[in-house]
Amino acid sequence: MDFAFFLIQLLNGLQYGLLLFLVASGLTLVFGIMGIINLAHGSFYMVGAYLAWSLSSLTGSLTAAILLAIPLTVVLGMALERLLFRHLYQRDHLYQVLLTYGLILVFEELRSLIWGDDVLGVAVPALLNASIPLTENLSYPVYRLAISGVCLLLAAALYFLIQKTRLGMMIRAGASNRDMVQSLGIDIKLIYTLVFALGIALAAFAGMINAPLSSVFPNMGSQVLIICFVVVVIGGIGSVKGALAASLMIGLAETFGTVLVPEVAGMIVYVLMAIVLVWRPEGLFGGRA
Amino acid sequence: MSDLPAMSSEPILRTRGLTKRFGGLVAVNDVSLDLHVGEVHVVIGPNGAGKSTLTNLLSGDLPPTAGEVMFEGRDIAGCTSDHISRLGIGRSYQKTNIFLPFTVFENCRLAAQSRTPHALKVFRRVEGYAEINRLAYEAMESAGLSHRSARVAATLSHGEQRQLEIAMCLATQPRVLLLDEPLAGMGPHESQRMVELIKQLTADHAIMLIEHDMDAVFALAHRLTVMVNGEVLESGTPEQVRSSPAVQLAYLGGEELLHD
Amino acid sequence: MNSRLQQFLPWFVVGLLALFPLLENTFYMQLLTKVLIMAIFAMSLDLLVGYTGLVSFGHAAYFGLAGYALALMVPKYEAVSLWWSLPAAIGVCALFALVTGMLVLRTRGIYFIMVTLAFAQMLFFVFHDTKLGGGSDGAYIYVKPAMKLGDFEMANLEKPAQFYWLALFLMAATYLLLRRVLGSSFGRALLGIKVNEHRMRALGFPVFRYQLASFTLSGSLAGIAGYLAAVQYGFGNPEILSWHQSGAVLMMGILGGMGTLYGSVIGAGAFVLLQEVLSNQAWFGAAAKHWQLAMGIFIMLVALYMPQGLAGLAQKFRGKPATEGADE
Repeated sequence: MDFAFFLIQLLNGLQYGLLLFLVASGLTLVFGIMGIINLAHGSFYMVGAYLAWSLSSLTGSLTAAILLAIPLTVVLGMALERLLFRHLYQRDHLYQVLLTYGLILVFEELRSLIWGDDVLGVAVPALLNASIPLTENLSYPVYRLAISGVCLLLAAALYFLIQKTRLGMMIRAGASNRDMVQSLGIDIKLIYTLVFALGIALAAFAGMINAPLSSVFPNMGSQVLIICFVVVVIGGIGSVKGALAASLMIGLAETFGTVLVPEVAGMIVYVLMAIVLVWRPEGLFGGRA
Repeated sequence: MSDLPAMSSEPILRTRGLTKRFGGLVAVNDVSLDLHVGEVHVVIGPNGAGKSTLTNLLSGDLPPTAGEVMFEGRDIAGCTSDHISRLGIGRSYQKTNIFLPFTVFENCRLAAQSRTPHALKVFRRVEGYAEINRLAYEAMESAGLSHRSARVAATLSHGEQRQLEIAMCLATQPRVLLLDEPLAGMGPHESQRMVELIKQLTADHAIMLIEHDMDAVFALAHRLTVMVNGEVLESGTPEQVRSSPAVQLAYLGGEELLHD
Repeated sequence: MNSRLQQFLPWFVVGLLALFPLLENTFYMQLLTKVLIMAIFAMSLDLLVGYTGLVSFGHAAYFGLAGYALALMVPKYEAVSLWWSLPAAIGVCALFALVTGMLVLRTRGIYFIMVTLAFAQMLFFVFHDTKLGGGSDGAYIYVKPAMKLGDFEMANLEKPAQFYWLALFLMAATYLLLRRVLGSSFGRALLGIKVNEHRMRALGFPVFRYQLASFTLSGSLAGIAGYLAAVQYGFGNPEILSWHQSGAVLMMGILGGMGTLYGSVIGAGAFVLLQEVLSNQAWFGAAAKHWQLAMGIFIMLVALYMPQGLAGLAQKFRGKPATEGADE
């Protein structure tokens, strides 16, 4: 493996990992703060991708599509939290699993009714539709670099939001002590709604920006969801830092695995998870099991 | 008040330098104490003094950061709670910790069942074990709960749930009892009963008792340890502790021992 | 209902079911066979979820693994003997459950759900991505297993009625076995772990060992169901161990009522029939293609408004708690 090839795989792995982080961070925040498991989280990734397809064919621009789609997904997230998820906070995980599993079926069928079952393509924005030559016959697409850049910016923003802002402080307090937050007169319900919507918007956004690379197809959410579960298990529930570390780890492992040992590439991430379970069952950055 | 029995016997349970840190916080610091069969060793101190943490270290609910816990001559520090329970150290919980949907008898039967060597027997009806049933009945009897045998635990009064807590502990036939505030929330009549029960149990058990009720403390204690901020402030016979200048200073007189 | 009736009711039901082939309606008999197989599957999960308190979302792994085990054991155009292929398939599931159990039981709650799902998915990729089980096409079983004693053919599983009786027998046997296990001190300890794991540990129970035993038994019983399903359909493909299968079996359990065993049987019946009705093109025409939409909404409604399932509804009328074995 020469250096240029290695560099391309490295950049691909990082880009994939960072994208996973966007989806997994929302998942881990909702787990950690509200204590609920949302199997339908991957469906929002899918919804994002399909919205990007529809709106970009409508407006002719992916950027415009994304700007239009984000408020839509935030509203969708808030509505679902109010209508469905709110009833589940105090319930056994069993029912959270069941409700969100039902939600997946509904999303998949609605997707099939609205958009059909074909694989759809989304064009890379013209401005970013270029490649950086690395060697005579190898080059790297600018769009992938742009995705990595945007993800890094969002990761930094998320870190700032959680560590440095008042909202972030409330989020962290809500994770550790619900009653205390409530007794301070902070509206925990509002925080929950916001966190949930934030998580969903992040997942949907990941689906939107990745649509030109991955294309848009049925069941795309489930694949991402299960990998994100592995990310959360490895990183530790509720830990955004852990989600970042685990996402990058899995992004790199899967990318290099596909190139080096294609026959077993699909299993690498699960083997990684098994090792972490033996070594640190609470996850790399998790406080509790 | 009881007289101090002869201290020549080896302690059944002994800690040396027992320490537990949670991050930067030292919850239990360098605690050394002995428990003897036939003796009630009462640990008192304000809330947050580390008494419950100490119990958790002895019962294996928490692993100690440092120090040793010697039970019959072997170090059990860091053993899991189920292992320690099987060795013969039973505990009750400050916050009632029972099987709420089960009947009183079923609670005790489960506890007694843990003692059978082949608890993984899969095919025999559970009701068929006469020995387990007998142990469960005896435990209910000692704790004064026989008349509640068929009641679902969730429907018991608070005091009865505390009694059940003790009964379950007894059904495991421990030789060391770690009782974490067994009188908390009990009425005077129930408290009196519990004090009598603990007195009876003293004969063939080593008991560590954490308690706030000073009447009960002085009625039961053979040995008294005062903990403050995770450390042992004073330890000795009740008289010694009462007259200790350090304790007097900390509490400004024996009366203050009643307060947290 | 008096206890005498309660004792004989299951046998009465099994007896009635045994007479069903006399109606000579092959379509409904095969549908009922599917119900019986799913009932075994759902009961095996109930042991874990309803009686041990472990919510697994990867139970299809064991179901599918047994199917693949059979497919790989069958010579191409010959029948394999049921006498050793069934125990072997169960054994493979038990072994896989034992190994994964040691890993997944290091976690609890949400973690447990995610990790069981992830390991099932790993198995999905093993069969989907490698040639081991025919990749995404799956592996075929052209000849159904033989049940012979010497030269005497006990049953011919190519005949729907005889296969139906085998499924019924194994369903009743699984029910009996689980009843027995749950009534033993082992079973009571499992229930204790479900109610208050911490206290069980403090009472001296090696909780992990109990959970691992339950997990392994549960996986093995799911293997019986998976084996039968593979025989019925004549193939094993990655779909049988997909997470939709895990979701469906969890739904069956909850629909019937977790922690009751017989609820799993009712739930499996209700679920399979509902699926059949919703996807019936004669009734719903083109909309039948999107039957999962109605199923999804139904599942959500059950999760929100019927947490105790059908058994819970039945017991509400009789004023008894939905979980058996908790009271003497």
